[in-house]
Formats: sequence, structure tokens, C-alpha cells
Amino acid sequence: MIRAAKDYLTFLWRCGRIAFVGDWRYYAWMGGLTVFCLLGLHAYCIQFVHGLIVTGMSDEVSWGVYIANFTFLVGVAAAAVMMVIPVYIYDNEELHDLVIFGELLAVAAIIMCLAFVTVDLGRPDRFWHLIPGIGQLNFPRSMLSWDVIVLNGYLLLNVHICGYLLYSRYQNRKPSKWFYIPFVFIAIFWAVSIHTVTAFLYVGLGGRPFWNSSIVGPRFLASAFSAGPAIIILALQVIRRVTQYHITNKALLTLRSIVQVSMIINVFLLINEIFKEFYSGNLHVASSRYLFLGLDGFHALVPWIWTAIAFNLISMFLLILPLSRSLKWLDLACVLCIVGIWIEKGMGLVIPGFIPTPLGALIEYTPSMNETLVCLGIWAFGLLCYTIFLRMSVPILQGTLSKSNEHLPEPDSGAEPVAAPAPH
Amino acid sequence: MSQPLQPPTGIPDETDRLMGRRNFLRSSAAFAGLGALAASLSPLRDLQDYTSVDEFVQKYYKEMTPDDMSKVIKRIEDQVQRQYGIRPHVRDLKPMDGVEFVYCLNLTRCIGCRKCVHACVAENNQSRNPEIQYIRVLKLPHGSMDVDKADHLYNPPAVPEKGYFYMPVQCQQCHNPPCVKVCPVHATWQEKDGITVIDYDWCIGCRYCEAACPYWARRFNFTKPDIPKERLNPNMAYLGNRPRKQGVMEKCHFCVQRTRVGRYPACLEVCPVGARKFGNILDPESEVSYILREKRIFIQLKEEMGTNPRFFYYFEK
Repeated sequence: MIRAAKDYLTFLWRCGRIAFVGDWRYYAWMGGLTVFCLLGLHAYCIQFVHGLIVTGMSDEVSWGVYIANFTFLVGVAAAAVMMVIPVYIYDNEELHDLVIFGELLAVAAIIMCLAFVTVDLGRPDRFWHLIPGIGQLNFPRSMLSWDVIVLNGYLLLNVHICGYLLYSRYQNRKPSKWFYIPFVFIAIFWAVSIHTVTAFLYVGLGGRPFWNSSIVGPRFLASAFSAGPAIIILALQVIRRVTQYHITNKALLTLRSIVQVSMIINVFLLINEIFKEFYSGNLHVASSRYLFLGLDGFHALVPWIWTAIAFNLISMFLLILPLSRSLKWLDLACVLCIVGIWIEKGMGLVIPGFIPTPLGALIEYTPSMNETLVCLGIWAFGLLCYTIFLRMSVPILQGTLSKSNEHLPEPDSGAEPVAAPAPH
Repeated sequence: MSQPLQPPTGIPDETDRLMGRRNFLRSSAAFAGLGALAASLSPLRDLQDYTSVDEFVQKYYKEMTPDDMSKVIKRIEDQVQRQYGIRPHVRDLKPMDGVEFVYCLNLTRCIGCRKCVHACVAENNQSRNPEIQYIRVLKLPHGSMDVDKADHLYNPPAVPEKGYFYMPVQCQQCHNPPCVKVCPVHATWQEKDGITVIDYDWCIGCRYCEAACPYWARRFNFTKPDIPKERLNPNMAYLGNRPRKQGVMEKCHFCVQRTRVGRYPACLEVCPVGARKFGNILDPESEVSYILREKRIFIQLKEEMGTNPRFFYYFEK
């Protein structure tokens, strides 16, 4: 027992140590991210002291880019499942060894999600009121309480699966199926639930016709399952450039077909939504009108949403054409898809729900500088986490970091392959 | 120490030199990092009165014993005295038996003078900078109840203006309140007398209730409330008008500090045209019972939401 604990601590210690070791590119990347993290932390301290008045939010538009980014990232986290399903249900060989990179991305994305909701709280010091047992979690009535449970549960599931598989590989042991396969299958359903619950957060509000629509949930999943695997494609492209880790073209093309199908469904649902809103011409379309066309001279979001739609359409055509079997074009399609969906699922979904207010006032929203810095800080922190996860897992998967070489002297600098994540 | 120490050679060998340089670089990087971290945290130096240990561990309203509550009330009174130099009278007023409050507002009479808005701010110790108001008066063109046509910022030399009517909107004290349903920590709930209240010391400031309310009745303290000392109303209730903290929600609570001891809400008392009527719907003799029984037309705002407000609008010369 003590020996097992000691072994595990050695494993953690060596993983932690390797996170601080790399070549100059690694140090430059990590140093840059750390600078952004600290800028974000500084901005958050200002917000903590003075309140959310330092953001662009108001009583009229009471959620902003924090919740927008949160919504997008829940989708990214949920998308890990799109690698898990082919591997564990259809026994896809190409993706088998890569699935862990998707699960690690999910862990990093959930960490960012939790950070984004925390910075959005007016009283972060009272977070413990949410903890069942000592607090007063309003479960099952409040959808937000569901979200607290599913997000933390998903984080634990993925940490367990990744941690267990990596530790088994480190010890050069075959992982016991009972110890992770059931969790993998739970995680598949759980991934769908995190994004559905997040959609229901909006759908459940009868006073906001823009959100109170049954298509929001399916659209959330379709957009997540295109943007998420697109991010994984870019991450894998970076991994295979900066490390010796072998990733086949075929694996990337399998992911391409996932992005392709999801994007087609996403665009189809968008057409459904636009038709329903505008053709019937009833009075509840003020928010959609504001988003797509502008309302009474207010049109801050119009250029954004059309950019998003253009990006989604170009990306969809690229993905349909055989052109994107060439990886350069695939990269481009992925970037357009990610940016398009980030705009559409973030600002394009959250902000118009508040404009006009339920009493018909038109107040626009622009994120403040301080708010933007907090967001950049959280993104930088998420990338930092993902980079560290990859820095630990790539050598373990390659066998260069394992129990058998525990007593050999530690490599001290850039001799080892280095991982850096994709620019999201 | 079984091995004898090497005699010093005087010349540092190559490995020592490299190791030394590496250690130097490492410690400078660590120092620079700590310095940058301290600089990032520096805005926290301006933090005052954010919370105290007692406040941090304070129990949920419904779980407090009378003893807990008297301690909390004393703490609040001390805090107010420290901050404003006035000893307030804070009470934990419970709903009365056999009472359910209802509000009726006569749209034919309302002239849109906004006196109710300002009386409410004065009574309920709202922040003056930025000013928080619980009542929003909508100016609507004749013949329309579509709030998208409303003017919120009307400012003519005199009211009422021809061709318009005025509709004050505040918390509708719904039977089926969406704000209560969505709150993740039970910080807001409906009491026996129909008033939806907030425990300002339990709210985490997620603003989900603000997004859920179809009447835009909830307000958030985006920063520390600022009330001039001479304007503070010292007659306070725990679930009512005691000063709020930064980062929590607030809203109209039918002036619990008045109505639970048999007085009228401040907005009603100030109304110059008698457009506002308030009372106990369980009492058949009350004015509100009479209105809801006898008037041919009265409406609930956004009835189709299924919120079933306790706030009724009616029309009567």
C-alpha cells in the first residue's frame, strides 16, 4: 500500500518535473502564456475589488463574454466524445491512441468553463453555497444546479480515465478494463448531457423568446461536434509537427468526416431557425432582427453574425469538397469553423437574448478592456494546462517516461520531444 | 560521509560552471515569476469591508435559529452604524397569518410622473450612484400594450402627454416565479404572504434570476452601493431594505419593512392621483378584493407566461 502510494507520488513528481523542461520554443510558448495569465489575473483582481461594474455588462444585458465563452467551451469539452465513440464503439484503430488527446482537451476545456463561470459571479466568496450538504443547491429545479453537477462530474470522469490510462502506460501494465471501460461509456452519455444541460439553461427561460426554442439544444450539439473535433484536428497537427509522436493522415481524415457531417447539420438547423423567426413575422422576433439585421438603428452584432455565417458556409463547402483531403485546406476549414462557431455560439447566442429587454428597452453591450483581459487570461490558462497535459502524456505514450527508467538521471533540457498545443 | 572530500583544485570545472549558470537562471526566473505574481495581485490592496469571518460562515436564512438571527441583526446594525454613523433599527419581520398581498394599479389614472420611482429609492435604501430603481415607468402609445413600443426615457416638460398612457412596472410577485425556480442556491423564495424575497447574504450573484424574469424587475449591485449618510432610512428589515453589498441581487419586495407592520408601500403613499391600491386579497372587505371582484376588466402583464402575477392593472376613471 505504502509502496503503491510512493510509486504514484514518484509518477506525479516526474510528470510535474517534465512540465518545466523543454526546448526554447517550449519556454517561449509557456512564458508567453504565463504573461497573459498574469495580465488576466491582474484584471480579475480589479474586478474582484470594484465589482462587475468594470465589465460592459448592465442590468439590461446581464451576461456577456464570460458566459459566451463558457457556452462555447462546454461544447469543446463535450466534443471529446466524438473521438471516443469511433474508438470504443466502432473499434476504429486509427484514432485509438489519439483519443486520450481529445479527453485531455476536454479536461482543459472544463477547467476554462469553471473559470469563466467563477469570474462571472458577483460573490465568488460564497461559492460554497453551491456545495451539496453544506450549501443549498437548488437541485433538481434550477438548471444551473444541474450544470454544476454535470460539469464537475465530467471533469472527474475524464481526469480519472486519462489519469488511469496514462499511469498504466507509465507502469507498462495493461489497464484493467473494469477500471475504465464503464467510465468511458458513462462519459459518452455525460458529454451529451453537459451540452444539453447548458442549452436547457437558456431554453428554460420563458421570458426570453430568442432562447425559448427547442432548436437551441440540437444546434448546440451540432455546432459543438463540428468546432470540437476541428480543434482536435489542429491540436494533432501541432503535436505531430513539434514531437516525434506518430499521427496518421487517415486519423485526421476520420475526424474530418465528423466535422463535415456536423457542420452540414449545423447549417441546416440554422436555416430552420432563420425561416421560423422571419417568415411568420410575429412580434417575438425583435432579438433575431437585432442580431441579423439591426433594430431601430442598433446593429453592433450584425457584422459579427454575418462573418460567422460566412465562415461556417465557406468551411462547410471546403469540408464537402475533396479539396480538404489535403491537410492545408483542412486546417483552413477547421480555423474558419472554430471562429465561426465561437462567434455564433458565444456572442451570437448570449447577447441578443437580452436585446431588447423584456420591457422593450434597447441597450447594447460591448465588452470592456478589463473584461477582455480576463477572458484572454482564462484562455491562456487553459492552453497552458493543455500544453502541460500534452508535455506529460506524449513521453508517457512514447515510452520515454516510464517506471522502467525511473532511476536513470532525469533529462534536464530540450533533449526530449516537446509538445505545444494548437493556436485555438 | 564515508567518502573523503575532494581537495579543492581552485579551478572550477566545466560542469560546475554550467550548473552554476543554470541554477542562477532558474532562481532568477523564479524570482521574476513571484514578482510578476505579486504585481498581478496588487489591486487586492484596495479591498476593504469585502466580507468578515462571521459573514462568510453565516447560515442560510431558513436555517437560522432566533438566536442566530439576533446575532446577525446586531452585526448588521453595527456595520451600518460604522459606515453611516446612524444606528438603524433592523427587524426580521415574518409574514402575517391570513394575509396575501395584492397590488392593483389603475392605468387610466397614472400620469407617468415617476414620483413612485423616487419614493421607492428613498424608502428602500437603493444605491444612488449608480442609481438602482425598482420601478420602471413605460410610456406607451394609445391602443398598444406591446412593450417593444415603449419609451423608457421620456422626459417632457409636463406629463401626461396627449396620445400616450403610462404603465409602471415593478416586481409582479408572481404565484409561479421563474426567478425562484432558476436560483441555484435558494437565495430567493416566495413567502406565505406572496412576497418573493431575497437573502442578500446568501445570493452568489450569478444573475440567472435576472435573465429569467419576464418583467425585468430584478437589479444587480454591479459595484458597492453608494448612499449619502443623510438619506439613509434607518427603519430596516432583513429581507427588505437593509443596505446591500456589492455583487448581489435586489428588487421590489412590496416594502416588507412597512407592509408587514400594517402600513402601505412607499410607492402607493406618494402617488398623487391615487392610481395605486394595495391590500390583503384574503380579506373580502379589502380594497383590492373589491377591485378584483367588481371591475369588468383587469389584466396581468404577460399573462401568457403562466407566471400568474399578484400585480393587476385595471382601467377606471
